[in-house]
Amino acid sequence: MAQVLVFAETRGTSPRKAGLEAVTAARQLADATGGGEVHAFVAGPPGVGGVAEVLGQHGADVVVIVEHAGMATSNREVVAATLAARAKVGSYRAVLLPFSAQGREVGPQVAAKLDAPIVSDATEIKAAGDTLVVTHPAYANKVIATLEVTAPLAVVSLRPSAIAAAASPRTARTETMAPAIDPSAAKVAVKEVIEGGRGKLDLGEAPVIVAGGRGLKAAENFRLLEDLAAAFGNAAVGATRAVTDDGWRPHSDQIGQTGRQVSPQLYVAAGISGAIQHLAGMRTSRTIVAINKDKEAPIFKVADYGIVGDVLEIVPALTAAVRDAKARH
Amino acid sequence: MKIAVCIKRTPDSESRFRIAASSTAIDEAGLKFDIDDFASYAVEVALQLNEKQGPGETVAIAVGPDSVQETLRKAMSMGADRAVQLKTDAVPVDGLAVAKALAAELSAGGFDLVLFGKHAFDTAAGVVGTATAELMGIPCVTAATKLDIANGRGTARREIEGAAEIVEFALPAAVTIDEGIARPRYPSLKGIMAAKKKPLETKPAQLGPVRVRVKSMALPPERPAGRIIGEGAAAVPELVRLLQTEAKVL
Ligand SMILES: Cc1cc2nc3c(=O)[nH]c(=O)nc-3n(C[C@H](O)[C@H](O)[C@H](O)COP(=O)(O)OP(=O)(O)OC[C@H]3O[C@@H](n4cnc5c(N)ncnc54)[C@H](O)[C@@H]3O)c2cc1C
Ligand SMILES: Nc1ncnc2c1ncn2[C@@H]1O[C@H](COP(=O)(O)O)[C@@H](O)[C@H]1O
Repeated sequence: MAQVLVFAETRGTSPRKAGLEAVTAARQLADATGGGEVHAFVAGPPGVGGVAEVLGQHGADVVVIVEHAGMATSNREVVAATLAARAKVGSYRAVLLPFSAQGREVGPQVAAKLDAPIVSDATEIKAAGDTLVVTHPAYANKVIATLEVTAPLAVVSLRPSAIAAAASPRTARTETMAPAIDPSAAKVAVKEVIEGGRGKLDLGEAPVIVAGGRGLKAAENFRLLEDLAAAFGNAAVGATRAVTDDGWRPHSDQIGQTGRQVSPQLYVAAGISGAIQHLAGMRTSRTIVAINKDKEAPIFKVADYGIVGDVLEIVPALTAAVRDAKARH
Repeated sequence: MKIAVCIKRTPDSESRFRIAASSTAIDEAGLKFDIDDFASYAVEVALQLNEKQGPGETVAIAVGPDSVQETLRKAMSMGADRAVQLKTDAVPVDGLAVAKALAAELSAGGFDLVLFGKHAFDTAAGVVGTATAELMGIPCVTAATKLDIANGRGTARREIEGAAEIVEFALPAAVTIDEGIARPRYPSLKGIMAAKKKPLETKPAQLGPVRVRVKSMALPPERPAGRIIGEGAAAVPELVRLLQTEAKVL
């Protein structure tokens, strides 16, 4: 019976969607290997332990809580050191975590500390005897690799949105743990956090993304996309590299091979040609809408619904229509 | 400063890929190979830091078979001073194994800064840089979009979900480089000529045990062919209807 340790990532004292997805993945892996326990690990400022209930709802049997005032901003070294220390005392088959900005740092650090092999950015995990079989889109999503990890303990990070968070309710036992290192002794110190905007949805978590390309003609026209995103209510605004290169939008908004890789329910591509490097970041979206004045634009090849025409005219009309539809709901 | 840049040889990202007959690798026939995209930004960052800060040394390092020598020469033609090949028959997909080989080499090198790409195009893992730093016991910043070094300390910016962080650390340190930080230069003819004479040392790679292997590779399923539903704002009501009734996302 395999126990699974999972890093349930939080922001402040709230759970993150990617963290809940990781707990669900841990539950599924534990169930598939004989129903061992899932131990969810949370670390943050005092109060973060309050997430234990929702982690139990998602299938955690035990919630290991690390609270420290020095962890108000995410502190990856403390998380990695403490998570690794915990992994050493249990009999765990795997350590799971989200492939988030934080998980990108924590995962390889934990793997190196435990001398356990790591696979990143998994979209599926299965156990087959002594090996874990992990699906990982590689080559900028152009190739789907199935990897075999053969080790008693492995670290796997999970692509956000690949595995949907699901209920598996139970009342989790809680345990507390002290940070394995003093947060003030971290080798990399976070001096400042620049918020991207209050209440802004992250591209990796938003169910709807409206993305703009050079066809929007000017930075100020992105206001039209902000309006459309607001009409949807659950949307984030993304951009192409042409747009981030011109400084119309920050690099963090870039979607594609060298930007964010996203998989929302709905992706609206406005004034985007559909270059292969852009498609690499969004082609796994469930529904794709394209608006482009050139009916030959490659984006139409992947769009479920295309409209040929001027974005500056169509986007405001779509915003009004979405607002209408929402109002009637 | 003494800066090491770890580079990987990867196929051109614009290629169309086919799966090899073995079904455990891509078919390399006809593909062009170069420094992986993010590592090429790292090379540029290293060169600019040393140009700005006066005398220094930039060393390019790659783990791999002899084909990586061409990749290392490319880095030297951009301006790296010398190169080290850590020789293996093949590069495993096990990032920790590669990190062990790099850490063994770098630990003895006396580098102030070790740079990596955020992730390699082929593995798309983002493991090697952070794991190498951890094995070396030095600070690591992952996916930096800005990097400044002054008086033995570094400041970097990294994008996180919905925000950005400014972080500080002491040297020696490792940084993995995200896009937007620097545009890699094209080698000049002079650079290409000079690179031929620069030292390229080959040593055996001390890979760790390989515990991650490719079981199979496949091309992703094609999306069904796209459909144009109309022209101009007049098509918007039909789009909204389809989003509600067919796609059920509204
Ligand atoms: C190594 C590498 C990595 C890259 N990584 C990325 C990446 O991560 N993400 C990314 O996006 N790109 C990336 N690129 C760049 C990519 O190749 C394209 O250049 C880029 O995606 C194009 O952006 P765009 O669609 O906004 O601009 P364009 O290709 O210029 O397209 C603009 C589109 O707008 C349409 N248009 C113009 N006016 C209107 C109007 N009034 N109404 C409606 N439509 C209009 C045009 O018909 C055209 O199709 C990368 C390139 C390389 C070489
Ligand atoms: N075989 C290798 N030789 C040298 N550097 C490598 C190698 N593999 C990966 N790297 C470095 O590590 C980065 C991340 O690779 P990965 O962890 O495979 O995504 C790359 O951008 C390179 O900088």
